[in-house]
Amino acid sequence: MTIDVLLHALPLLGATETTGEDPASTFIRLLTVFLLAMWVGFEVITKVPQRLHTPLTSGSNAISGITVVGALVVAGSLTTGFGTLFGLLAVLLAMINVAGGFVVTHRMLEMFNPKKK
Amino acid sequence: MSSQAWINLAYLTASMLFIVAFKQMSGPRTAVRGNLLGAAGMAIAILAACFEQPVVASIGRHGIWPLLLLGLFAAAGGGIGATMARRWPMTGMPQMVALLNGFGGAASMLVAAAELTSTRAVARFAEGPSQAQAAASLDPWTQFAVAIGLACLIGSVTLTGSLVAFGKLQELPQFKKPWMNPNRHWINLGLAVAAVLLLWGVFSTSQLLFFMLLVVVAATLGATLTLPIGGADMPVVICLLNSYSGLAAAAAGFVIDNSVLVIAGSLVGASGLILTAIMCRAMNRSLTGVLFGGLGTTASVAADDVYEGKIKAAETEELAMVLEQADRVVIVPGYGLAVAQAQHAVRELSDVLEARGTTVEYAIHPVAGRMPGHMNVLLAEADIPYEKLREMDDINPTFPETDVAIVIGANDVVNPSARTDPSSPIAGMPILDVDKAQTVIVVKRSLSPGFAGIPNPLFAADNTLMYFADGKKALIDLTAAIAQA
Repeated sequence: MTIDVLLHALPLLGATETTGEDPASTFIRLLTVFLLAMWVGFEVITKVPQRLHTPLTSGSNAISGITVVGALVVAGSLTTGFGTLFGLLAVLLAMINVAGGFVVTHRMLEMFNPKKK
Repeated sequence: MSSQAWINLAYLTASMLFIVAFKQMSGPRTAVRGNLLGAAGMAIAILAACFEQPVVASIGRHGIWPLLLLGLFAAAGGGIGATMARRWPMTGMPQMVALLNGFGGAASMLVAAAELTSTRAVARFAEGPSQAQAAASLDPWTQFAVAIGLACLIGSVTLTGSLVAFGKLQELPQFKKPWMNPNRHWINLGLAVAAVLLLWGVFSTSQLLFFMLLVVVAATLGATLTLPIGGADMPVVICLLNSYSGLAAAAAGFVIDNSVLVIAGSLVGASGLILTAIMCRAMNRSLTGVLFGGLGTTASVAADDVYEGKIKAAETEELAMVLEQADRVVIVPGYGLAVAQAQHAVRELSDVLEARGTTVEYAIHPVAGRMPGHMNVLLAEADIPYEKLREMDDINPTFPETDVAIVIGANDVVNPSARTDPSSPIAGMPILDVDKAQTVIVVKRSLSPGFAGIPNPLFAADNTLMYFADGKKALIDLTAAIAQA
């Protein structure tokens, strides 16, 4: 029961069903999320030391591949030929970005922590 | 609880994991876990996306096909990305990040394109509530139309900007010379005006034609903006493009009304902007100066006046003797180290020096190399402990007590005229004060100027010995000479 009550607050953070919400409120809800996340980003990232700036760049690069979520949804709905084609291409490119980014960051960070032999 | 609520909960979890991932980037030990948590967040978000209502509905209509298609393309992309990441040499990290950035930007632009075509089709051919909803999104100046336009603009600029940056960093012959068309500012202005007009068109009509023209114009603009920017300014460009790829993802999040895209995108956007600011500060230059200025290329001081008769070239044996007597040695690596792939040779030199009881440390300038933190990664690859890599403000006060400073492949970041000559193009740029060391050894192939195109009085200083050689060979010879002694 309580979890259901809690989850009613979730649309504030991430509803995808917009029926019933007027477009301006949707925009302002997303803008709120955008600005708050920017703020968190500034706070957290200013604490990253210079020596980790390359892994930070490649790691955040991987996270920017989150657009794969949008690509999967639009490609998976198979609405139109072109839409599906663009969507699938987006899936491909975004997945290269995601996998490449995380793997290369891991490789780099491993070098920063040489294994004790 | 509805399935949509579960999906949203998964997105929320992913968003939190991304924030924790960034948080743990603050130390090398926690960063490994941070990166894995980020990857886990991504996996959760990807799985959740496969349960979104449009995908489920399409599986209901077409059977397993949609999932097969998605799986195939996702696996192909993942495979290509992972293979690339495993094989790419560490010296080429800036190129790889640039390339991946471009793919991310392109993906966001394609998501916008796919949404636009699908929504237009639904608005025209479907019936019932989905038709009405699609038609409503296509009204002028809706969030949908605005976000589509922005994702298209930012994504396209990111794509071509990153590809050009890749070409330059990879030193492809086509990109050898910076494009310095005297009319380039007018060309860029024209393209920018055209982009704004087309953006207006997309905002107010959601027409595919405007969208496609915007792709073309924005892609051209991305290229013309990046082409004139020279090598040493690349760290700024990489950071900025990184930021753009995040903002493009956030814009795509506004298109499909999805908060995980908005959160992850804005985190990356913030990260890129912070790094951009740090890089600019480290060069004492404004962002507009980097993007539109180009450096004052006409050198005010002639190289001959600075160098004439004052250069002392030294041989391997002489330098080995100087190093043998040193108690404290500071190594200053620059981009030349990456080019010569000399990171392991540097490590061997410091090993023989340390075996003799010498203290060896490394001084890392924030913009040394072609991306933020580039030198740290290279030296880490050679197993040099990160405690020995010291940042500029930290190590500068210690140069007067340093017996020998070895400069390898760095130039402008150790040029004392930044401190002394107010008319110098790099005046005011924070530099490493190597000239205050007892003896300075500069390993360099010739006296050719650095990126700023200005002579370096350090090379002519009384306490400087020039060692004209390829960086890697020079280090190997020096190591051998010291080891024999």
